[in-house]
Amino acid sequence: MKRREFLKFAGATAGASSLASLAGCASAVPSKARVVVVGGGFGGATAAKYIRLWDPSLDVVLVERESAFTSCPISNLVLAGYSSMQEISHGYDALRRHGVQVVQDEAVAIDAQRRVVRLGRGDDISYERLVVSPGIDFNFGEIQGFEAAMNSGRVLHAWKAGAQTVALRRQLEQMRDGGVYVLSIPLAPYRCPPGPYERASMVAAYFKQAKPRSKVLVLDANPDVTSKGGLFKAAWKDLYPGILEYRGNAKAIGVDPATMTVKLEVEDVRGDVLNVVPPHRAGDIAQKAGLITTNNRWCDVDWRTMESKAAPGIHVLGDATLSAPAMPKSGSMANNHAKIAAAAIVEILGGRTPAPMQILNTCYSFVSQKEAIRVSSVHAWDEKDRTLKTVPGSGGVSAARTEAEGTYAWNWARTIWADSLG
Amino acid sequence: MRFLVLAAAALAAIPATAQELQGRNLAAACSICHGTEGRSATNDSPLIPLAGLPRDHIATQMRAFRDGKRPATVMHQIAKGYSDPQIEALAAWFAAQKR
Repeated sequence: MKRREFLKFAGATAGASSLASLAGCASAVPSKARVVVVGGGFGGATAAKYIRLWDPSLDVVLVERESAFTSCPISNLVLAGYSSMQEISHGYDALRRHGVQVVQDEAVAIDAQRRVVRLGRGDDISYERLVVSPGIDFNFGEIQGFEAAMNSGRVLHAWKAGAQTVALRRQLEQMRDGGVYVLSIPLAPYRCPPGPYERASMVAAYFKQAKPRSKVLVLDANPDVTSKGGLFKAAWKDLYPGILEYRGNAKAIGVDPATMTVKLEVEDVRGDVLNVVPPHRAGDIAQKAGLITTNNRWCDVDWRTMESKAAPGIHVLGDATLSAPAMPKSGSMANNHAKIAAAAIVEILGGRTPAPMQILNTCYSFVSQKEAIRVSSVHAWDEKDRTLKTVPGSGGVSAARTEAEGTYAWNWARTIWADSLG
Repeated sequence: MRFLVLAAAALAAIPATAQELQGRNLAAACSICHGTEGRSATNDSPLIPLAGLPRDHIATQMRAFRDGKRPATVMHQIAKGYSDPQIEALAAWFAAQKR
């Protein structure tokens, strides 16, 4: 729907939708709320929960199209057979117990002037403050042939955990011993900097156990491993020699499912399972709502409140944001962005002025079934540069891969799932 | 009577002082590993719950991590991001949370 049509429609139906609510329409979608949150991932779910924790007088509506959350963290372990879809899936009932009204639907339009969100079923919800935590969508056009190959089920990204995670696991299980799994990584910034290298490690671990003549070939558009490089390379050398091969400066520009090849700028590479991750941008609703500010990809925000630089009253969280310096697109960061937004919204709606917050990132990656490595950083408001910057001297990576880090990695996963959705 | 109890519960969510608000906001970042309000998310967490620990103990341990006096896998790197007043605010807030 075009923006102008939506504005007209929003005006014409405002009365009708409140009548529908009064009549107790079956959908039970409220016509207004102090705060509406779009997207129930690490960012949106956490924002909804923490606004209710910090000011129970505020009514919060969460709009999410799926009936359950599927975690990208740990989904690489599902590919290796070390975890399950059940383990990484979490429903929204606990948020309901915090008093969040969860509406399962897609937000299809946002009118920032009138402060109204339009749902796929046609209802409108008006808000005082809106949180948009849309995650990512893909610029499929940058990899020729990818979208058709994905739609046919031949070539997958599996970079949103869910149906493609299951399908990629099946492809790996069905691949002959002696086959080649090709993983293509886009140029940074992309969701979860260490994620592709963890995935390569997990598939290599599976091959080593189940299909030892098989190979993992990593084609990285970046010149070198973008996160925890020394730790990943040491693990690959020690654990997966002859199985995992890494190539930097290997940018995919196309795929051909007929010949099962990934096209690079200078050569074609054949594989038996092609896992191509296209470049991303902020999720579709951010694009439709005019929240994208930078490179046609990301949403710039005020890091004291997460408020959009493009639309007052709208707070944007998570992977969709134009990242602050040295800030990864991670679940930990999205969860922390949500707490900045929640605190700011509670202060603003209470008639007070929010203070800048200090947040932190901790990301674990498995390199074998039991061993993990980690990166951490602390981010504080810098008054001079008007952004969040890492605190000098803080942060770093694991000393080495260990099973202890693996234990802490599982603790992180279970704890952040509960902190965001529990 | 019931109204008064409810009103008190609602008020309890709003921090009364600037240090309390600072402590709450700083502590929120910790909960990705330590659990919401410092309470463990699982029964078999390898981490000690921070909620209700003595204030001095939390502050002393944070400074020990920061100054390299207590070995750690990650806390030595994270604690270096916090000043003494921030550590005091964090410790006071966690100590005040029910277990």
